[in-house]
Amino acid sequence: MTDVLYLYGRYIGVSVRGQMQYPVTFVVQSLGILLVTGMEFVGIWAMFDRFGNLRGWTLPQIAFLYGLVSVTFAFADAMARGFDMFSGTVRRGDFDRILARPRSTVLQLAGQELTLRRVGRLAQGLTILTWAVLALDLTWSAPTAGLLLLTIVGGVCLFSGLVVLQATMCFWTTESLEVWNAFTYGGVVAAQYPLNIYRAWFRQFLTCVVPVACVTYFPALAMMDRADPLGSPRWFQCVAPLAGPIFMLIALQAWRVGVRHYTSTGS
Amino acid sequence: MTAYWAILSARFRMLLQYRAAALAGLFCQVIFGLIAIMVYEAFYASTERRPPMTFSQLVGYVWLGQAMLGMLPWRPDGEVQGIIRSGAVAYELLRPMDLYSLWYSRAVALRVAPTLLRAAPMFLLAMFGLPLLGLGEWALTAPASWAAAGAWIVAMAAALLLSCAVTMLINISLIPSAGSDGVSIVLMAAVTFFSGMVIPLPLFPDWLRPLLEATPFAGLMDTPFRLYTGHYPPSATMELIVRQLLWTLALILLGRWLLACSMRKLVIQGG
Repeated sequence: MTDVLYLYGRYIGVSVRGQMQYPVTFVVQSLGILLVTGMEFVGIWAMFDRFGNLRGWTLPQIAFLYGLVSVTFAFADAMARGFDMFSGTVRRGDFDRILARPRSTVLQLAGQELTLRRVGRLAQGLTILTWAVLALDLTWSAPTAGLLLLTIVGGVCLFSGLVVLQATMCFWTTESLEVWNAFTYGGVVAAQYPLNIYRAWFRQFLTCVVPVACVTYFPALAMMDRADPLGSPRWFQCVAPLAGPIFMLIALQAWRVGVRHYTSTGS
Repeated sequence: MTAYWAILSARFRMLLQYRAAALAGLFCQVIFGLIAIMVYEAFYASTERRPPMTFSQLVGYVWLGQAMLGMLPWRPDGEVQGIIRSGAVAYELLRPMDLYSLWYSRAVALRVAPTLLRAAPMFLLAMFGLPLLGLGEWALTAPASWAAAGAWIVAMAAALLLSCAVTMLINISLIPSAGSDGVSIVLMAAVTFFSGMVIPLPLFPDWLRPLLEATPFAGLMDTPFRLYTGHYPPSATMELIVRQLLWTLALILLGRWLLACSMRKLVIQGG
């Protein structure tokens, strides 16, 4: 285990040093992402300015959800980049080289790149999350802080799991399936708003199929000490983020099946 | 003129090759459109205040946005970016053609081909597919009137010219940094926001609206969509289209001037 962590650290070190060869590019790209995601939130602000509330939810409450999604997705997006670019790895035949090395494929792909420019989205998410916490005047205790940590870890697991599943498809299709973006980015956008505004079929989808609501909406209710208009019990809200690691484990299992199925493109 | 036409049609045929990607893109856009509409529906149900556009106008705005997304100049022309990065600009300059017009005709193909591929199925789905699924109130309705339909078509044509002028500005902004993003990211963010693709411009606070409607980017998406849904009366067509065309002219002149400046300073590295 320490060996794996050490190796991962070395991989990431190389990736970070590589990106830091172009410091201006890094700063500009991070600021660009900050700007684009920042404008998205200006849009939400404008909606609240006009409509006042969203089914009884206020702007700081939505900001809390938004910040949670932004922070977790920024982490997952930065860490799972190797899987995100996996279709190229398969097409070029580079996966053969990865298989030839005496280390797990997951470790090698996860270590391929830690995308630093995602710090733009992370900064935006943290700013909004902090503002929301201050505006909501939340009372912090050890369990609440623990739940926040669990929620973020769960969210990172879930979104990384989605990218791993997308990469797994490449074993069969070689090409990356853009259709998958509907789940990843669609999930990100949908999770920025409370679950109770959606129709029942979409709520079930967000809870059971791609369980983004389990790492945003439910734990957020518990942290804000708010009753669920949909009537979920408090204990469920607190354990819901565990859906993230479970989803991740299922994705890794699928990945293993995919690796066994792999035939090289021969290029 | 024949040369520019050849460039345009060659590029056009190449872009039409990617049908599977277009289908995947279509699916994603339908999902995004549906999520946006569900969120707007919840906002509309949350207030007694009269919103500045009807729900059916808003739904129309969202689907038109998804259908016409290919026309939004939110990215540089990938081919031109490659040309700038690799130093092939030298070859481009050797051609007996005007560089701005050459790249502009490429941009026309880049914007029209994906739009044709995506718009038709998107219209079919949003107009007839959704009612079949029992989601009739989320469907795209026909243009407000025949006059509105006509105004929309003319405004879309003007939007195309404007979109290509903006694409050219993004392309040209890549030259000083040899193809890496910089100013272009800011331009792209501005395009998305001010064209009404984050939220429709009429929904912004009333004090902000005159400002938003005055930017050149409003002519890209917002103006044609509001003509289609009847949010702008057909009688306003003339004034709106003149505004789109004046902005196009201004941006083309600006682009030509910037291109001439950067060509004067252009250094081609040997090899």
